[in-house]
Amino acid sequence: MIELDPSVRDFLTESAENLDQLDRDFVALEQAPGDHARLGSVFRTIHTIKGTCGFFGFSKLEGLTHVGENLLSRLRDGELTLTTESTTALLHMVDAVREMLAHIEHTGTEGAGDYSPLVARLSDLCGQSQSAVTQLLDSAAVLAGLEQPTENTCAADTAALFSALKQLAGDGSPTGELVQRADAPAASAPAASAPAASAPAASATRATPVRSDQSGARTSGSTYTAGPALSSDSSEGNVRVGIALLDRLMTLVGELVLARNQILQAPLVRKDTTLARTTQRLNLITTELQEGVMKTRMQPIATVCGRFVRVVRDLSAQCGKQVRLEMEGQDTELDRTLVEAIKDPLTHVIRNAIDHGIEAPHVRTAAGKAPEGRLLLRAFHESGQVNIDISDDGGGIDPVRVRDKALERGLIDPAAAARMSERDLIQLVFLPGFSTAEKVSNISGRGVGMDVVRTNIEKIGGTVELTSRQGAGTSLRIKIPLTLAIIPALVVTASGERYCIPQVNLLELVRLNGDGARRRIETVHSAPVYRLRDRLLPLVDLGQKLHRRASLGARDEVNIVVLQADQRPFGLVVDGVNDTEEIVVKPLAKPLKSVPVFAGATIMGDGRVSLILDVLGLAKEASVLSAGREPHPGTLSKGDGKSGGQMCHLLLAGAGGRRVAIPLDCVSRLEELPVSGIENADGQEVIQYRGRIMPLIRLGEVLGCPTAAHPDELQVVVYTARGRSVGLVVDVVHDIAEVALELTAPGRRSGVLGSGVVQGRVTDLLDLPEIVRLAVPEMAEVGAA
Amino acid sequence: MSTTHANSERGQLCTFVLAGHAFGVPVGRVQEVIRHQAMTQVPLAPPIARGLINLRGQIVTALDLRVPLELPPAAPGALPMNVVVRTGGDLVSLLVDEIGDVIEVTADRFEPPPETLTGPARELIRGAFKLDDRLLLILDTDKVIGP
Repeated sequence: MIELDPSVRDFLTESAENLDQLDRDFVALEQAPGDHARLGSVFRTIHTIKGTCGFFGFSKLEGLTHVGENLLSRLRDGELTLTTESTTALLHMVDAVREMLAHIEHTGTEGAGDYSPLVARLSDLCGQSQSAVTQLLDSAAVLAGLEQPTENTCAADTAALFSALKQLAGDGSPTGELVQRADAPAASAPAASAPAASAPAASATRATPVRSDQSGARTSGSTYTAGPALSSDSSEGNVRVGIALLDRLMTLVGELVLARNQILQAPLVRKDTTLARTTQRLNLITTELQEGVMKTRMQPIATVCGRFVRVVRDLSAQCGKQVRLEMEGQDTELDRTLVEAIKDPLTHVIRNAIDHGIEAPHVRTAAGKAPEGRLLLRAFHESGQVNIDISDDGGGIDPVRVRDKALERGLIDPAAAARMSERDLIQLVFLPGFSTAEKVSNISGRGVGMDVVRTNIEKIGGTVELTSRQGAGTSLRIKIPLTLAIIPALVVTASGERYCIPQVNLLELVRLNGDGARRRIETVHSAPVYRLRDRLLPLVDLGQKLHRRASLGARDEVNIVVLQADQRPFGLVVDGVNDTEEIVVKPLAKPLKSVPVFAGATIMGDGRVSLILDVLGLAKEASVLSAGREPHPGTLSKGDGKSGGQMCHLLLAGAGGRRVAIPLDCVSRLEELPVSGIENADGQEVIQYRGRIMPLIRLGEVLGCPTAAHPDELQVVVYTARGRSVGLVVDVVHDIAEVALELTAPGRRSGVLGSGVVQGRVTDLLDLPEIVRLAVPEMAEVGAA
Repeated sequence: MSTTHANSERGQLCTFVLAGHAFGVPVGRVQEVIRHQAMTQVPLAPPIARGLINLRGQIVTALDLRVPLELPPAAPGALPMNVVVRTGGDLVSLLVDEIGDVIEVTADRFEPPPETLTGPARELIRGAFKLDDRLLLILDTDKVIGP
C-alpha cells in the first residue's frame, strides 16, 4: 500500500461506503422504479464521486461516472424507466468504480482496466430516449425563434426557459447543482414546459410559468434536501475514528481490566475500608468503560448483510431463479472483527441456498409453491450471543441423496449409514469433501462449502445448526459470541496449572465425591466414561492430555467439566474448578499458534499468564471428534422447537413428584452435596458451600408435596443473585433442553409461573426469585434482583 | 531492515552470552532486557517455546535458543535473563545466560558464516563480527520464531 494524500483517503473511505449503499439502492429501485427519493440519492452519490475524481484528476473514473450520471439523471427525471438491463449496467458501473478505487488505494492510479464497452453501453441506454429530449429542445428552439423580435424582457425569459430545458436534458452542467437538488420538481418540470412549447403564440405569459416553475424548483429543492439532510444533521454528532485507534483503546481497556482484577484482590488482604471502597468504584468504572469501548467496536450486522442484496440478485439471475431476500434484525450489533469473520461463511450459505435450496420457478409451480422463492435472513440477540438464521422455502435436503453421496464418496460406511436417522444424515453435509450438486457450478458445489462454513464459524467460537424438511425448505442457524476480545471463562486447574475454558463451550459441571468418585467412573475397554443421565459421556483427563501425567486413578474427588464440541458433549476431568472470570483474550505468538489445544492466553488477577483452552481443538486432539462417526444427539436436546415461541434454555428437574423447569440463566451451578453436610442456622437448613453458608430450599416442600430425599446425596441447583447463593434441592436433574416454552396453563401457586409441555411432559416453569422470597425472606433483596 | 542495519557503516548491538558463545542482536530490535521472570509453561508446545511471560499486560513468548542452535542445556537451577525483541507483530523473549554490553561495530568487521556451518544454526546466524578478543555471532531474530 502506498502513501496517499489524506484527502484522497477520505474520498476512498467515503466512496466505499457510498458504493455499498448504491448496491442496495439499485436492487431496491428495481423493485420500485418510481422511488424518486432513492433515485435522487443515487444520483447525488454518483455525482459526488464524479465531482471529486475530477478534482483529483482521475479522468477515467470521471468519464465513467459521467455517463452513469447522465443515465441516472434521465431516469430520475422520468424520461426513462429503470429496466433490468439498465440496473445491470449501472451495477457494473458501481463495480468498475469500486475496482478503480481499489486500484487507487493500492497504487495511487486508476489502473489499466478498459471500461469503454461499459461506457458505450451506458451511453446507449441513455440514448434510447434521446429523441424525446431532442424534440423538447427543438420546440424550445422554435419558441426562442418566435420570440426573437419581441422585447428584451421576453428574450431574457426565454433564455431562462432555454436553460431550464437544457438542464432537463441533462447536459446543463453549469446549473447541474440546481437540478440535482431539485429532484421531484425537476421531474414535473417537463410536464409544465411541454404544453408551453406546444403553444408558441402567447410568448410572454408562457415564459413566466416556466420561470415560476423554476423558482418553485429552487424552493422545493431546498425543502426536498431537508429530507436527506436529516442524516447529515445526525452525522454532526458523529466523529470518524480510525479503527487502529479503537483497537488500541480496546487493548488498553483490556489491560485496565487486568489491573482492576489484580487490585480487587488487595482489599481482601489489607482489610482497608477506604481502599475497599475505592476499588469498588474502580471496578464499576472499569466495567462501564469496558462496555463503552466494546460498543464503539460494535457494528450492525447490516454492514455484512447489505451486500447480500446484490449477491442474491446476481446469483438468482445467473441460476434462472426468482428469489426474494427478506432481512430482519439488521440492526443487531456485534464486534467488528466478528462482522468480518462471518462475511465469507454467510456468503457461502446464501450461495448454497440459491444454487441448491431454492428450486427453479417451474419446479416450484409444479410443487404448488409461488414461483418466487423466499430467503430469510434473520439476526437477533439471545443469551449473550448473536443468532443468525438463514432459511429458505426451497426443496430442502434429501436425506437419501445425502446418504448415497456420502457412501459413494466413502465418507461413512454402510453399517453406520443404516443406523442414522434422517436428522443425522442431513448433518453429513458438513463433512469435508461432501457435495451433492449434480454438476459443479461456479457458484457453489465444489465440495468445500458447508465444511468450511462450519470450521470458520467454530473458529470464532460459534456453532452451526442445520435443519431441513424435504420439500419445505432448509434452515441454518449460526450462533456466534458478541465479541472475542473479553469473554467469560471458567478457570480450572490441572497438574498445578490454571487453564481457562470459554463459557460458551461449557454445558455443566459434575463433581463426584468419595465413593462416587471411585465407583462412577467406568471404562469401555480403556476409555473412561461417566454415566451422565444415562448417557455415556467420554472422559478426557486434562492433566494427562497436557502433562502426560498418569491416567485417571482412584481419586477421592473427581471434577468433570462437561463441554460441548461440535454438538458432541464430552467430560473434561480437571483437578479443581475455580470460579468464572471475565478474561481478556490475547493471541499466542507464532511458535505456539500450531498448538491445537490452546486458543490464546490471558493474564490472571495475580499477574500470571494462563492458557485458554480451545475446546474444539482439544476434542479433536483427544479423538472425541472423528470424521465419519455419527453425530451424537447431544445433551442439549432439541425440544419441539417448531411451535414458534421464543426459544430458551431450561433446566429440567424433578421435584415434589412433578417435572419442573428452571430458566438456565438462573442456574449458576449443579451440585451433588452430601446429606451429612446439612446444618442448621437459625431454623434454616444450610450447607457450607465454597467457603460460605448457603441456605437450602427443598423445592418439593415449597411446591407442596415433599418427597423422601436421597439418603446420601442432595441434588442441588445453585441459584446466585447479587453475590449470594441459594441451594434448591431437587429430587433429580433430568436434562437441559432448548425449547420454545408456551405456558398453556397459568400457575395457581406462587412460585410457579405456569405450566407447559416440554419433551412431551407437563412441566411447571418456576419463578425462582419468588420461591427464594417465600422460603428465605431475609434474602428478599436477592429475590428482588 | 535488520540486514541494512548490520551492514550499515556503524551499528549498535546488544550482546549476550548463551552456552559460552557471544551473540548480538541489533539494538533497534530490542525492546528491553529484564531479569528472570516467572513463566507459564505451554504443554504440547514446540521445545523452543519455553513459556509465557507477563510483561506489563503484554504476553511475551519466551524462546530457548539452545534448542534450534543445538547448544548444551543450561545448568539445572540457572535463572535465564530475558532479552525482549520485536519480530513481526509479536514480542518474544530470548532466554540468555548473561547480558553483555551494548557495543558499537563497523560493517567492515562483519563476515558471513563459513560454508562449513550447516544445519539449523546456519538459518539463524547471519554472520560474525570480528571483535578483538572473540567472534560475536549475529542472530536473525525474524528466523528465530520459525517460518
